Amino acid sequence: MLTAAHLITLLPLILVGSTAVIAMLGIAWQRHHAVTALVSAAGLVAALVTLPLTIPAASSPPMMQVDGLAVMAGALVLVSALVTVILSHHYLTGYIGPREEFYLLILCATAGALGLVASDHLAMLFISLELLSMPLYGMLAYSFRAERSLEAGIKYLLLSAAATAFLLFGMALIYARTGALDLGGIAGALVDAPDAWMLAGAALMIVGLGFKLSVVPFHLWTPDVYQGGPAPATIFLATVSKLAVFVVLLRLVMAAPVFASEWVQGLVTVLALLTMLGGNLLALFQANLKRLLGYSSIAHFGYLLVAIVAGNALAMETTGVYLVTYLVTTLAAFGVVTLVSSPFGGEDADGLPLYRGLFWRRPYLAAVMTISFLSLAGIPLTAGFIGKFYVIALGVADARWWLVGGVIAGSAIGLYYYLRVMVTLYLPEPGMRARDVSNDWGSRLGGMTLIALAVIILVLGIYPTPMIGWVQHLAG
Amino acid sequence: MILLWLILIPFLGGILCWQADRWSEQAPRWIALATMLFVLVIALWLWVTGDFALPAGASQNHWLLEWRADWIPRFGIQVHLAIDGLSLILIALTGFLGALAVLCSWHEIVHRIGFFHLNLLWILGGVVGVFLALDLFLFFLFWEVMLVPMYFLIALWGHSGSPGQTRIRAATRFFIYTQASGLLMLVAILALVFIHFGNTGQWSFSYEVLRQTEVPEALAYWLMLGFFVAFAVKLPVVPFHGWLPGAHAQAPTAGSVDLAGILLKTAAYGMLRFALPLFPEQSAAFAPVAMTLGLVSIIYGAVLACGQQDIKRLIAYTSISHMGFVLIAIYSGSELAIQGAIVLMVAHAFSSAGLFILSGQLYERIHTRDMRYMGGLWGRIPALPGFTLFFVAASLGMPATANFVGEFMILFGTFPSAPVVAVIASIGLVLAAIYSLILMQRVHFGPVHREGALFGPDGREYVMMLSLLALVLLVGLYPQPLLDTTATLSQAIAELFPDGDLASVAGEVR
Repeated sequence: MLTAAHLITLLPLILVGSTAVIAMLGIAWQRHHAVTALVSAAGLVAALVTLPLTIPAASSPPMMQVDGLAVMAGALVLVSALVTVILSHHYLTGYIGPREEFYLLILCATAGALGLVASDHLAMLFISLELLSMPLYGMLAYSFRAERSLEAGIKYLLLSAAATAFLLFGMALIYARTGALDLGGIAGALVDAPDAWMLAGAALMIVGLGFKLSVVPFHLWTPDVYQGGPAPATIFLATVSKLAVFVVLLRLVMAAPVFASEWVQGLVTVLALLTMLGGNLLALFQANLKRLLGYSSIAHFGYLLVAIVAGNALAMETTGVYLVTYLVTTLAAFGVVTLVSSPFGGEDADGLPLYRGLFWRRPYLAAVMTISFLSLAGIPLTAGFIGKFYVIALGVADARWWLVGGVIAGSAIGLYYYLRVMVTLYLPEPGMRARDVSNDWGSRLGGMTLIALAVIILVLGIYPTPMIGWVQHLAG
Repeated sequence: MILLWLILIPFLGGILCWQADRWSEQAPRWIALATMLFVLVIALWLWVTGDFALPAGASQNHWLLEWRADWIPRFGIQVHLAIDGLSLILIALTGFLGALAVLCSWHEIVHRIGFFHLNLLWILGGVVGVFLALDLFLFFLFWEVMLVPMYFLIALWGHSGSPGQTRIRAATRFFIYTQASGLLMLVAILALVFIHFGNTGQWSFSYEVLRQTEVPEALAYWLMLGFFVAFAVKLPVVPFHGWLPGAHAQAPTAGSVDLAGILLKTAAYGMLRFALPLFPEQSAAFAPVAMTLGLVSIIYGAVLACGQQDIKRLIAYTSISHMGFVLIAIYSGSELAIQGAIVLMVAHAFSSAGLFILSGQLYERIHTRDMRYMGGLWGRIPALPGFTLFFVAASLGMPATANFVGEFMILFGTFPSAPVVAVIASIGLVLAAIYSLILMQRVHFGPVHREGALFGPDGREYVMMLSLLALVLLVGLYPQPLLDTTATLSQAIAELFPDGDLASVAGEVR
């Protein structure tokens, strides 16, 4: 039964949901782009503010587990969604056609992500995952007049459907063996060694979630979808969606012993190695920035899978720290692409040549991009290094030498394309003046957000103690 | 606190240079020059006022100055800086060569001056950090941080060499080599930290604490290799040298001066400060391999230097050869040889900086670095050929130059323990004479390639050359102050190698 305490715990979810309803009613009454964006942002901020209230929750609502991990992931989801809303406003200004529904989709997907990170029951997991994915199809295909965008939406829809089938089959197998759908029941029903059906169920669920995380070899949709989707939708996909799915995977591993069995660990190890090497190798000669970032995000989740293999207390902390650093970095990198593509004008500005000499036109924007790419490459003094430090530390602590070797090899390969992008920004400008941001970008909200993100990347890289403290407090 | 400022001054100066670009063209140059001279003055002041007397019988490193503050308490990471004789000398060297690097790019760099000096000063700031850091996390951080500006320096202001040898490719190769090997070191550091944590339940990245860690025998050797590979790439030792010729040939003059003069020295410093003291027994066991690699480097570098057409590539290969001597000396376990290695590091910094600056000046005059298009320049340029002759003589180890002192001490110190190594290494001296004379012959003597007089060095170039020349002679004729300053450290390192082991090692080699 739901009690008042439960309602407080659910407050962020309720706020995001009701904001979606308000936005929808507002659109029905009178369309107004800026107001819709403002209402969405206000709803997300309100949810973010009420999030700390949920921490002392004595009991979680049914089917949910509102613990430190959920609160941490919820905060990251809300911040990413907020940045997406801010950048979307910038981006959609030039869009011909209805713009306001985009925020509706963002809010619905955010509600799904909030539920997903807190789910303690396979049904809750499934419903939240679908609530997260469905709006994403719409967001990716939002500029449906552009062929690529429509293709991205449909591709993501089809592959998500396949992933869902895997996930459901896995759940069914596990239910058949344990007769329970809640994580506690699954964990309790199995004390002795898991049999083949259990392992198959676990493997199928990992495959299903692996599709969403674009783990190699289930990554095939990633580059096309990243390239085709409108930039804000890609941002949301790369941050909120991946983060929420990863957190739920971690929760499964931590809660249900079958996911921590040796066989599954071996499977995840192989997947992790394939993902970190595959993602980096595929990105090597990529000239399209959005595709390149897509491959790069594949590689990053490969590194993070080390935490799934280890599955101990340090793994929780690593996940938290790595996700924080990955989020600020990815938001900054995609944010620059979004800003250069804003306002919307058909295709996004994603060709690398368009960015040639950006530093000499827009030094601060190029500096933001350089910092975010240094962070993606894991160079010290940026947030990315702290994340990579944690992953390597976790691998060493758990004596997973293969994975440590994979992280090192992957980083070395990754440097090649990160450096290529970075140096492009500084090369002498060619005669043509390609697409550019508006002159006052720095004084607008989107631009200020990007500069703030770059500063955060540096601050987290130089003085990570507060972030580590926060993550430890919530994950510990 | 003064140690922290030594690191911060170049970083802040760099930002100032970047912003000064909008005031005037000359402003960044003057700011950069002042910054580096400031670092040099602080280092010299510390040197003059410091006391480097040998503490009687104390094998423990004692620091001239120390500064620490908590940084990331979660892992016991501190900002721990300390300075001793070796760091001090290398920091003074950094300040001096940094000033030279600014001076030698005065006319060479005409585009994006502010950003160039930002990168230049940040490299130097990173290098100073490497020489001061005693916390292994901090050390690794500076080790990596100096790569990024160096990458930009080569990639943006470098020369494009022959087709297929673009500057960006050279810069990328440099970066990937050093970064990947650096990550191996990070793994070794982390393994050490976790072993320490497992033993004591305390998190620490502190050099002094980790030195006491008892590492399982089998793992210790691997960890030592992790450190060794990172330093061997940077030194460079032959199988890991692939990045060096390209990076040198493609880099602007200032980049080459920094690379040869200071960045290579960070590797030798790392071995002396970290690799050997952290894993003394494993290093002693590894010494024959390291010495063999050193020999291969000496011969390989020298032979390949003889065959180069590009003057900067030639000098780059001679660096490999000279660093081979340093590697042998470091692993010889002899106090004399280690002191020789330090002298050779300083001497090589001066002589290679001199040669790189000279080839930069030559490039400004005849717009080529290809020796096939040179020849007969002795009669065409005033003064420069004379300076070249001097630095070439220094590079081949002529008595009265600093290089002679270093190489002599290395060979002399190595001979008792590893005579075969010393004998083979001295072949390198013969080869050094050959490549040095080839350089001189093909550039300044021989048939005249093109007629017409070229302008001689101006005041700025005279100042650079004469100061380098004076320092080479000074260290060559009176190296005692240098030796006094680093005696404590050399003695401590030499004591790490148990004599019994070394004798048996020498016996095997014999």
